[in-house]
Amino acid sequence: MNLVLDIAWTHVRTRVRQTGFAVAGVATGVGFSIMMAALMQGSQDDFTNRLVNTLPHITVSDERRVPPKQLAETMFEAAQFYGLAPEARRRGIKNPLATMAALEAWLPGNVAPSVKVQGIIRYANRDVGASVIGIDPAREAAVSELAKQMRGAPLAALFRATNAIVLGDRLAEKIGARIGANITVQTSEGARINAQVVGFFRSGLRQMDEGTAYVLAKTGQILAQQTGLINELRVRLKDPMASREIAQRIEGDTGYKSVSWQEAHEDLLSTFLIRNLIMYTVVGAILLVASFGTYNIISTITHEKARDIAILKSLGLREETVRTIFVVEALIIGAAGAAAGFVLGYLLCIALGAIEIRNPFVDMTRLPLTYAYWHYLVAGLAALFSSVAAGYLPARKAARLHPVDIIRGAT
Amino acid sequence: MIANAQPQERIATAAEAPLIEARNVTRILPGIVPTTLVRNISLRIGGNEFIAITGPSGSGKSSLLYLLGLLDLPTSGEVLIRGRATHAMTEDERAHVRLSTLGFVFQFHFLLPEFSIVDNVMLPMRALGGRPEEDMRERAKVLLSSLGLADHLDKRPDQLSGGQRQRVAVARALANEPAVILADEPTGSLDSKSSEQVFDLLRHIVEDQGKTVVAVTHHLGFAERTDRRIELIDGTIVADRQIAKRA
Repeated sequence: MNLVLDIAWTHVRTRVRQTGFAVAGVATGVGFSIMMAALMQGSQDDFTNRLVNTLPHITVSDERRVPPKQLAETMFEAAQFYGLAPEARRRGIKNPLATMAALEAWLPGNVAPSVKVQGIIRYANRDVGASVIGIDPAREAAVSELAKQMRGAPLAALFRATNAIVLGDRLAEKIGARIGANITVQTSEGARINAQVVGFFRSGLRQMDEGTAYVLAKTGQILAQQTGLINELRVRLKDPMASREIAQRIEGDTGYKSVSWQEAHEDLLSTFLIRNLIMYTVVGAILLVASFGTYNIISTITHEKARDIAILKSLGLREETVRTIFVVEALIIGAAGAAAGFVLGYLLCIALGAIEIRNPFVDMTRLPLTYAYWHYLVAGLAALFSSVAAGYLPARKAARLHPVDIIRGAT
Repeated sequence: MIANAQPQERIATAAEAPLIEARNVTRILPGIVPTTLVRNISLRIGGNEFIAITGPSGSGKSSLLYLLGLLDLPTSGEVLIRGRATHAMTEDERAHVRLSTLGFVFQFHFLLPEFSIVDNVMLPMRALGGRPEEDMRERAKVLLSSLGLADHLDKRPDQLSGGQRQRVAVARALANEPAVILADEPTGSLDSKSSEQVFDLLRHIVEDQGKTVVAVTHHLGFAERTDRRIELIDGTIVADRQIAKRA
């Protein structure tokens, strides 16, 4: 074995208890870092999955980002007009079938048409505001998980009755409607129909389950009081993470406001950023504290071994060699700590995964955890790096030690 | 023929130059009251000499030895090893000279406590490198056996007596076949019987292996039996006597 490794290993090996504590310090840091990363990443992934699975990845609506200008404003740019209301246009996406065909030609995914109307659902003297979405059940399967989220009846139940309606389960609970109940839907356009509840859905997102109802597109058009109206295209992509870029392109192509799921939930996603920032700060602090332990042990060893260092140097070992010995010792502690930390982290994840939790906002019974190799990689590298940094300072001091000072002191 | 001329010439000068030469060496310890350890000493040490440096406590004998062994740097003057100036060398170059040409024995054995004595003797060889580990182990065993430690090869230093440890230290000093052994009170912490053994060992190194031994000692019985005695008082050489070569 290499001389440096041999001496370093001997120093570490003959101080089982001291090095044990240093290793335990690093291992705790690494283990808890891994656990925290798994938990943070897990809840984030879980939430993202829920969003991605429940909602269309991109919603193309008949709105524009900026209200269209009046003709006069575009004709006479220099003049200023007062009291002009933005130009009113007929609602809906123009020529929806052709637009969809154009999008489907290049989109890596599927497009489905829908009619979205704001309405009030009334049953047994209770009023609840809701988005009523008219869909084509056959095409809906290609753009959302709605068919899988159905409770009580399949999505095709929408064809069972005239004006059939599917309610979010929390919405149904709120108004006390069961399957077969006849409810009233009234919209801002003044339409008012009686609809029969044929099923429920449960997406897991409270906001959806509390405030959304599905009907057939035809019923939706009646509610919107406009025949043939399609005011929303729902897009599902093969790669949900590409939504932002594709939404931009759709908007550029069609001029309609296209909102990716990321944009729709920007506030939530930005809290992830803050969460991650907090996590990395805490993890960094844990590893820093662990590295103090390493610093301590290497310092102690160099003090105890001052005589050995003196003799090694007097024999003719180079400063660099002596320094390397102690850095290697720190590295051994760091590596052992990282390895033990991997095991600890994995066990902690398993233990956490076994805990059942009830959350009033999102339904889950177990903590979502993500097992990712890079959590281990990052925590391990950080442990190694901090150990080497912690070992380097006392190692440098030890290597600079003047042999004569020690030998004279001993004599 | 001509191609050979230059290396031969170089060997010739190396042989002519003294092994260690001190030129007007002074060492002052800095401090509020600077202490002069060694004052303007000039000294030539050749091959195959057995030298004792003697003097009262605080006369600077150990300091002189450290300067000759490149463990310490003179405040002024210079130390040459085989004609090579050392004051301009880097710390690493000096370390290499120590490793390859000088061997040290101190009053305390300074063996690494966690290693067996064979490993301790192998240490300088491994630091120098250049040959397989097995050869080093073999040489360490031969060295230790020749010093009467054949039965203790795998013991650790704390399992040996003081005299045995000091012999291990001598074996370690000899590991890299140095030209000079510098010994700082090698018998200072030993009883008379062990002292005698270590002295005989050092004499043997001079007489049978042709090496030079420079030993700092305050032990008169030791100093009287060496070939050359250098006496120091207050950091200055007051006597440098060559005793008639033994028969």
